[in-house]
Amino acid sequence: MALPQAKTDATEARLAALSVPDGAGWARTARQSALARVRAMGLPVRRDEYWKFTNPVDLVAPAAPEAALFDPGEAPIFGEIDRLRIVFVDGVFDPEASDDLAMEHVEIDRLAEASLIDIHWVRDLYGTLEERGQDPVHRPLAALNTAMATDGVLIRVTGQAPRPIAFTYLHKNTRSDAMLHHVVRVEPGAEVTILENGPAAARFNKCMEIDIADGGTLHHVRAQGRDHERRAMTHMFTRLGTEATYKSFTLTANGVMTRNEQVVEIVGDNAVAHVAGAAVGDGDFHHDDTVFVTHDAVDCESRQVFKKVLRNGATGVFQGKILVKPDAQKTDGYQISQSLLLDEDSQFLAKPELEIYADDVACSHGSTSGAIDETALFYLRSRGVPEPDAQALLVLAFLAEAIEEIEDETIAEDIRSRLEGWLARRR
Amino acid sequence: MLEIKNLHVSLEEEDKQILKGVDLSVEAGKVHAIMGPNGSGKSTLSYVLSGRDGYEVTNGAATLESGDILEMEPEERAAAGLFLAFQYPVEIPGVGNMTFLRTALNAQRTARGEDEVSAADFLKLIREKAKALKIDADMLKRPVNVGFSGGEKKRNEILQMAVLEPKMCILDETDSGLDVDAMKLVSEGVNALRDAGRGFLVITHYQRLLDHIKPDVVHIMADGRIVKSGGPELALEVENNGYADILAEVA
Repeated sequence: MALPQAKTDATEARLAALSVPDGAGWARTARQSALARVRAMGLPVRRDEYWKFTNPVDLVAPAAPEAALFDPGEAPIFGEIDRLRIVFVDGVFDPEASDDLAMEHVEIDRLAEASLIDIHWVRDLYGTLEERGQDPVHRPLAALNTAMATDGVLIRVTGQAPRPIAFTYLHKNTRSDAMLHHVVRVEPGAEVTILENGPAAARFNKCMEIDIADGGTLHHVRAQGRDHERRAMTHMFTRLGTEATYKSFTLTANGVMTRNEQVVEIVGDNAVAHVAGAAVGDGDFHHDDTVFVTHDAVDCESRQVFKKVLRNGATGVFQGKILVKPDAQKTDGYQISQSLLLDEDSQFLAKPELEIYADDVACSHGSTSGAIDETALFYLRSRGVPEPDAQALLVLAFLAEAIEEIEDETIAEDIRSRLEGWLARRR
Repeated sequence: MLEIKNLHVSLEEEDKQILKGVDLSVEAGKVHAIMGPNGSGKSTLSYVLSGRDGYEVTNGAATLESGDILEMEPEERAAAGLFLAFQYPVEIPGVGNMTFLRTALNAQRTARGEDEVSAADFLKLIREKAKALKIDADMLKRPVNVGFSGGEKKRNEILQMAVLEPKMCILDETDSGLDVDAMKLVSEGVNALRDAGRGFLVITHYQRLLDHIKPDVVHIMADGRIVKSGGPELALEVENNGYADILAEVA
């Protein structure tokens, strides 16, 4: 079916501002195929059903809207954790600030280099999970990323990774438009923790494809940068094999526009996938969590736990789906999305969906939106807790269920202290 | 300790007067009880004194050690030494009971210009107080009042009182929802806090709580006023004859 002319025009205008990076045979093939997908789907416009609550215009525009730099005035998150550091500045790899890309049981390469050589493990994976994730809902900005991303990191984990791998995305140019594409392959029985933090650029389009083989485990914890004017569109495509585990948590504080898509496909029995997020927004803040979990295996568990605290006109969006295919018996699916609105100007838009074709499953979902519990607030105050502290305590309590999804207590504590700081600055 | 003079209170939402001139003076070291039929204004008195929203003081005054508590925020009243044991303690999911208590204690101490209690000292303090009230480690770890039985909630109120060591304790129908054993436990907790420097105001429907917490003075409240005051024998009179006789007598 032909696309509407306006959509085609917008797509071509965006493509005209980019060029497909050079690459060897496999990379060229993957990128050209992705480019064809972009042209066939067209980039998103406001009228698309999947973009009903989030206007994609600034994500699609040929140039990135300007974003002022912001000094958060606090020590970088995860700074106390022994980790392998990989640093990008406005989407460009910074070898000086990064550690050697080497660690026991882990192979790490840069996309910019690997795409120039003919033989690389990633050639069977690059763009593959993104392409699988295009059905049944189109994600054209992810295909755009596969076609155009200039760099990224390719990680193959063959055993127990001794330290977390930590991406730091720095933003130093007010007009930077960064596009990164990472691929992580967790081999059978292997385990790794991936950390991400930072605003990355004025506009950031990031795609991460994660393939977790049988019995593999991947933990992912991310803190998106606090630059008020930054925009981010991220996709995570995750495929899980038998008895594989995937646990992802995202903290988002500030940022004028964020859309995080999590596309999870469970293809092996007894796998576990948890995706969670805590977002806190004040004023000009639009945060969209779009999640699609597909159960295509027996006896698997998935959880989606998303909490948002909104004030001064901030907007939160949640579109979450659990799709249970006909043979995915004994599926245990859970989804909760909640917002705490600290004033009447803020809004939360939620679209929870369940689509179930198997008959022996347990799926539950809930979505709520509400204000601070005045009775609880008074109870705390009557015991001597000043109102701002009492309110902060209740906000953290509201976010607790999402933060509890982080298994590592040190990392969870780091996230908690960031939220406490955010709340403390707003007293 | 607590001086209430000619206190008149209306509901903010509707033009309805609940307290119509309450006069009451609770001395340090004494236990005063307020009894009265439903709707007499007993609970309203406790809410107004603790600073809950929704009430308007139209006349009169209330002071705690000569500080005007009606002008204070609820947290300031707490720091000044006022404590209300709630009739219906509030459940707060996500906030651990210990965290709550430590936050409250240190907030009060900070407000009074005292040093905060260290984590280690607090742990010692709370273990000692909890033991006396048969509150186990699990109850301390769980979120505030979440999943607590009626009796556990009331014991948790008394635990807070024991930790915060207020000067003036108001107990709002602390006996409601308690079985005999729980009432005994709660009463023992209250009695352990009786002290020459501390005043108590015990609000109750029934005389039976006063068998355990022996009052020095008993007041009968009706239609927004204290209509009769006397010794502990007044509570027994209510128990035997109901309120009707007393109300008829003062009418």
